[in-house]
Amino acid sequence: MTSFLLRHREVPDINLLNVYVANGGYDAFRKAVTEMQPADVTQVVSDSGLAGRGGAGFPTGRKWSFIPKGILPTYLVVNADESEPGAFKDRELMERNPHQLLEGVAIASYAIGCRKAFIYIRGEFLYIGEILQQAIADAYAGGYLGENVFGSGFDIDIVVHRGAGAYICGEESALLDSLEGYRGFPRLRPPFPAVKGLYQQPTVINNVETIANVPPIIEKGSQWYRSLGTEGSPGVKICSISGPVNNPGNYEVELGTPFRTLLEDLAGGVCDGKQLKAYIPGGASAPMLPNRPEFIDVPMSYEGYRDAGSALGSASFIIIPDDVCIISAQLRISEFFRHESCGKCIPCREGTPWLEKTIARIERGEGREDDLPLLLDICDNMLGRCFCALGDFATSNVVASVKYFYDEYQEHVHRRGCPFKGRASAVA
Amino acid sequence: MSLLSNAVVERIKAIEAKYPDKRSALLPALHEAQNEIGWLPREAMEEVATLLDLDVDQVEEVASFYTMFYNQPVGTYVLEVCKTLPCSILGADEMVEYISTKLGISPGETTADGMFTLFRVECLAACHRAPVMQVNHRYLQDLDSQKVDDLIEAARTQQLQIAGAPGFSIRRSWSENVGQEE
Repeated sequence: MTSFLLRHREVPDINLLNVYVANGGYDAFRKAVTEMQPADVTQVVSDSGLAGRGGAGFPTGRKWSFIPKGILPTYLVVNADESEPGAFKDRELMERNPHQLLEGVAIASYAIGCRKAFIYIRGEFLYIGEILQQAIADAYAGGYLGENVFGSGFDIDIVVHRGAGAYICGEESALLDSLEGYRGFPRLRPPFPAVKGLYQQPTVINNVETIANVPPIIEKGSQWYRSLGTEGSPGVKICSISGPVNNPGNYEVELGTPFRTLLEDLAGGVCDGKQLKAYIPGGASAPMLPNRPEFIDVPMSYEGYRDAGSALGSASFIIIPDDVCIISAQLRISEFFRHESCGKCIPCREGTPWLEKTIARIERGEGREDDLPLLLDICDNMLGRCFCALGDFATSNVVASVKYFYDEYQEHVHRRGCPFKGRASAVA
Repeated sequence: MSLLSNAVVERIKAIEAKYPDKRSALLPALHEAQNEIGWLPREAMEEVATLLDLDVDQVEEVASFYTMFYNQPVGTYVLEVCKTLPCSILGADEMVEYISTKLGISPGETTADGMFTLFRVECLAACHRAPVMQVNHRYLQDLDSQKVDDLIEAARTQQLQIAGAPGFSIRRSWSENVGQEE
């Protein structure tokens, strides 16, 4: 299959402006601003069926269409916080093909009437910031960004903003607070960002991969995009595969590709003679699935993983091999959410450490008979009761690990210790 | 005597101008300040506050929220090893243990000569190259004990250069793919 998002693997040096342009770069932006009305651009994106690739899967064109008319300025903010454990796709898109993102930003900005767009990168992406700054400077010099682009009268300025280490800033309203110079606390909704977002102005927040899809969609049309993927999940998606596999990395596939193909054909299977024990399809927020036939042929689509009782999320596949203790793996996930809880709301602030401590106690061999009901009870008291989705996400793998690996938890409690301890590659 | 050099003050003013509201320049300004000083003493936060028309407590409230801002002095080289699930499965704990033993410090501590600080951090978005760490916020991926040895040796013999995208270079041959995506 020809790549659209990972095109840089086929076209050397496409990170450079002249190479990008020589390969059709900025043609879609030129077409949009010189031949199309903003509403037409939004309509094409709506018709394509493109959905948010950051994890939520919200229809992109619809999101753009929520921007009210006549309230200026409006803002486009690109979510490049990429902090979900297991996710590393946006980083490659920005590092290797920065102009495709910038072109997408320019087109999306035109569609929603934005004149100043922001790219919020996570603080650890220091070098990505440098790459984007250089690409922006080159695009300005080449006349592809800035004032009156292509003589169309459209002005676009792009600012790269670097965070400073906080998973919560990937949550779109917390990202806005962070961008405004505050702690990254999620905001109460409504009003939604489309009505009152950055600086209380109408704002669209889109993930990097979502925006990187826009130039090819404008260039080739919505029908082309719909010809890829499934009815419910049109198009292509990058999946990121990590863990003990032969070829970990990013792969661009049509939505609907079965997990078996991802694991065996693309990632080359589990390595070092290990077997698959479980996998997480959508980063640490998505419930893990055990190695059972019904979960191995799940099509990689929003509906496929919803029907399997999990979530596609950002398509960040974490492979857990058979020599890893599920309780110790879950402990790492629960430590993560405890560390990243922003502390704004009580169910999450109190619930995440409680989950971590309870799981740590089971792993240490000090688990109590009623610890499993306790874990589920804590999850019940968090799910749907937290200020933002982070609290919900903190429960998803606790529930899934107890559901699918109940016996392993019980064994820890009854043997008063971890049966994997002492094995070389068990997570300590 | 101010902590921030004129060059940094000028850069912060230039950053401010990019935003409709200058408070948005707070995180970039704190990055600039920490880059110059190594960490964020209250005096530095006072200077940033003055530049952005904020109260120092407003600055501290924000700085204390983000893990990349250090509230105490750190070593010349800050080693931040990812401990999240994919890295853990592929040996992150062994790497932390190896570095701890080699440097004689526990996570959170700085060597007596002030050269290295070790932290365990959460996911760095490089799970396909696990285990990974950042050194002064530059990636060092596919970690093994040899790379750690090279890193420490290069730092101690002043041959470690941490600059330029995408990663940083050490005299050894493995440096060319550091930070490169594939």
